[in-house]
Amino acid sequence: MYDGGKIIVGLIIFAGLMTFPIWYNHGDAGAIPNVEKPKDVKECVKDTQYMRTTHMVLLNEWRDNVLREGNREKLKVGNKTYDRSLMNGCMVCHTSKEKFCDQCHLYASVKPYCWDCHFLPKETL
Amino acid sequence: MDMKRRNLLKIAGMSAIAGVAAPSALNLLMKGNVQASSSAGHSDSPSDAHGEMPAEKPTGVRLGLAIDVKKFAENKGLAEKCVAACHQIHNVPDFGNPKDEIKWLWIEKFENLFPDHSHYKKNEELHQLPFLAVCNHCDDPPCVRACPTKATFKAANGAVIMDFHRCIGCRFCMAACPYGARSFNWRSPREKDANGKLKFIKDLNEKFPTRMRGVVEKCNFCAERLAENLPPKCVEIAASAQAMYFGDMNDPHSEISKVLKTKFTIQRKPALGTLPSVFYII
Repeated sequence: MYDGGKIIVGLIIFAGLMTFPIWYNHGDAGAIPNVEKPKDVKECVKDTQYMRTTHMVLLNEWRDNVLREGNREKLKVGNKTYDRSLMNGCMVCHTSKEKFCDQCHLYASVKPYCWDCHFLPKETL
Repeated sequence: MDMKRRNLLKIAGMSAIAGVAAPSALNLLMKGNVQASSSAGHSDSPSDAHGEMPAEKPTGVRLGLAIDVKKFAENKGLAEKCVAACHQIHNVPDFGNPKDEIKWLWIEKFENLFPDHSHYKKNEELHQLPFLAVCNHCDDPPCVRACPTKATFKAANGAVIMDFHRCIGCRFCMAACPYGARSFNWRSPREKDANGKLKFIKDLNEKFPTRMRGVVEKCNFCAERLAENLPPKCVEIAASAQAMYFGDMNDPHSEISKVLKTKFTIQRKPALGTLPSVFYII
């Protein structure tokens, strides 16, 4: 092989540069998102862990219940009732998309398109 | 294994016949069930389309709307008010040109709504009346059959509604609808002007979402209001003049059933057999 040494050294440098982000950030997940929780409400429709991991499934279920099955029964948690709706339910307590939704969504690089149609409570349009 | 060509062909032929025959035989067996489930809940037995009496008594709710056109003519501006209210609560954008127009409820001339009626020696007055046009919420809606994603579907109460989340904007439903009751969002309804204000939705209703570009939309019989036991917005506005009747057509005691029984009504393009649920009292 001509210039074998140079090629191998070059390859090693190339691989190093390409994988730089992986080993440089290894073990560091970045700053943990700090979501702002509603102040006056202590209880969500499901427990925190469920909401953290599965809220999107819940929203899909609600959408199918409400829209496709026409079952718009309200949810009762404690002594409060909620519309099963992102816009008219969730966002009544979670009054800021920026301080609540976006915190995790940006962190996880998840870009849901809910807000293309639904409204934010305050930062409207 | 030593197989002769003749044997191979025999087996192949037999399996081909079995493969073709089995599904159709299964279909034959299943057919009874399929028909039963599709006609449950509504009065749409096949004989119905040919003007015969339905074989069995319909069950379930089927919403219907009757529009008294004379009342709208007597109350000038009422039709416009209904349209404005409907479009306001549903955030229907006004793009200001007919090409991009979105309409859930709109005013149309007689000859445009009823092209298959004779217009020969027509009654002049009839053609001046303000006819409100709306999605007909057909019993056998062609749009539902055409929709590849089932974004538009027939709800249990007989209304044909849309799940905007699922619409992929293929517009098959628009091609299928014989009443032109569906509109396509060619532009984003949320476009803003220089001041950051919405250009096309002047009076925003924050309880109802907007749509996005590339989504088809139409009247949903105010499904969100029905859930709260409120009538559709247009019906509510027209209630003062008793110009619209709304209710369950399968319930003989409902207001609409009584109106339909006692008054002469016409439907749009009845020959198509879509069985529209919107009736016009002329």
